[in-house]
Amino acid sequence: MTTATTGKPVNNGVNVEALFGAREALTKAPEAAQFKWRASCEWVRGTQSRSTVEGFYGLGAEQKHKTKFSFDSDHPEVFASEDTGATPVEIVLAGLAGCLTAGIAAVAQARDIQLRSVKATLEAGMDIRGILGADPDVRNGFDGIKVTYKIDADASADDIKAIVAQSQKRSAVYDIITNPTNVTVEVK
Amino acid sequence: MQHRAHLTAVVIGGGQAGLAMSWWLARRSIDHVILERGEVANSWKTERWDSLSLLTPNWQSRLPGYGYQGNDPDGFRTMPETIGFIEQYAQAISAPVHTHTRVTSVRSRGDDYEVVTDRRTWTCETVVLATGACNIPVVPEVADAVPSAIKTLTPLQYRNPLQLEEGGVLVVGASASGVQIADEIQRSGRPVTLAVGEHVRVPRVYRGKDIKWWMDASGVLDQRYDEMDDIVRARNVPSLQLAGYADRRSIDLNSLTAIGVKLVGRLAGINEGKAQFSGSLRNVCALADLKMIRLLDTIDAWARENGRDGEVASPQRFETTAVEESPPLLLNLNRGKIKTIIWATGFRPDYSWLDIPVLDHKGSIRHDGGVVVEAPGLYLLGMPFLRRRKSSLIDGVGDDARDLSAHLAAYLSDRALSRPELIAARG
Repeated sequence: MTTATTGKPVNNGVNVEALFGAREALTKAPEAAQFKWRASCEWVRGTQSRSTVEGFYGLGAEQKHKTKFSFDSDHPEVFASEDTGATPVEIVLAGLAGCLTAGIAAVAQARDIQLRSVKATLEAGMDIRGILGADPDVRNGFDGIKVTYKIDADASADDIKAIVAQSQKRSAVYDIITNPTNVTVEVK
Repeated sequence: MQHRAHLTAVVIGGGQAGLAMSWWLARRSIDHVILERGEVANSWKTERWDSLSLLTPNWQSRLPGYGYQGNDPDGFRTMPETIGFIEQYAQAISAPVHTHTRVTSVRSRGDDYEVVTDRRTWTCETVVLATGACNIPVVPEVADAVPSAIKTLTPLQYRNPLQLEEGGVLVVGASASGVQIADEIQRSGRPVTLAVGEHVRVPRVYRGKDIKWWMDASGVLDQRYDEMDDIVRARNVPSLQLAGYADRRSIDLNSLTAIGVKLVGRLAGINEGKAQFSGSLRNVCALADLKMIRLLDTIDAWARENGRDGEVASPQRFETTAVEESPPLLLNLNRGKIKTIIWATGFRPDYSWLDIPVLDHKGSIRHDGGVVVEAPGLYLLGMPFLRRRKSSLIDGVGDDARDLSAHLAAYLSDRALSRPELIAARG
């Protein structure tokens, strides 16, 4: 490991002390662990819409991102759309990749493993007869998601696999995708 | 029999933990009784399925002043043999057990405790809670949504496959209970679907030695609670996938798949009669495989460093857990194929009779290695990783009882020094 060979401390840019501190503090104060994540969305035109995120709730108070982030979504030209943004399902893949990769960095840091590069490719199959309503037996969503990581790190192949496995175990988006969630949509 | 209404110690629970504590209290000349709701070894007698054998080999049931005397040290005791072993121990140490005495309340009374039972009430200076970790089956909330035509059982109610209707069985949970129950039900001709969450895979025999031999010899079982980076996690690790089969074969997801058991992900929900399984099966299997490899690496390193390679077979590695390409995510429970669901989803202790405010928000007793710091004189024994990794094993409870009885004796001495009148009262 890097610490042994070069004496340099492992630094993946993740403050694990803060994370472990938060875990301990929130175990004692479970009410502060209750977060609310929010997004708002406005139709632009056609299949294009713009979602923004800024505020969220957590640690017993309203919180704010440093800046407002905005995501345009649309459908590609093969769907007779204008392709002004990623399709929403691609944003889901980006969310999964972002969550797993953040987890990999944190777990590696906690295990004292220096990462040099982490790259993921994601592919999800979908039979679009579902969303087109062409066949009621076909599901709308993905029929599966395949994530492939290429990781260069100071660790054995099994240790790297263990980091990736642990990241899945602790990933919010992985959980959201692999387990059912009640969704309530209201019109006001 | 006449008993004083006031005692120095009351031990609640007449299983191996209560008996081991009794041995140590007697050795320290601390007068006490053991209160047992049923008979000695009650849980072993009334709450285990018929075919269960102990998951630890015979040699590894060492209680204080008592060990295995038979000629099959590597075998596994059946339930009648386990019960006999614990009953003989109770007799051998002349344990002061009050059977059929159910505790209904433990509460503070001044500096003492009051233990109320359905027979009589005792007051005492110290109380040892040795009622075990597996009193109440934990059943997930989704159980409420199971269609009424399906019969559901917990491992405490399950006895054998003949008790079940012919037809499919969904076993929820793949730790020690779940995998053993799945195995025998599948072999009875009832097709089993096994819902698999996080689990711990280990081989029964490794390099010719029982896995428990390795864990014992290498000191893994003696790892202390105050040496662990994350004791909460260590205390909540699911039970090892092990069985005590006479032929010492391993049980794991691959052995179950080989006899026809269908693996699905963790049961995540039941919606309109359809069971929904998590898409995480592949990852929980990868986690278990990698964790097993790390354990075997640790064992190999220990054998090498301690010059034991010559007395054991060569290192080996096991097949990765096979998971089908797309495990099913839905199972319609209304189609009549599944007749029974078995919740092998864990257990929790019952403290409904404990009227002392020492429970955390999850209902566990706050303690430091079995010492209930907030309630001086109150002790907990026989829980997972209480003081050592082996704490929940028959083989581990003796060392914990020794430590905690020493603490208890020191507490009594301090108390006596600060309150001389107690010495007179105690006679």
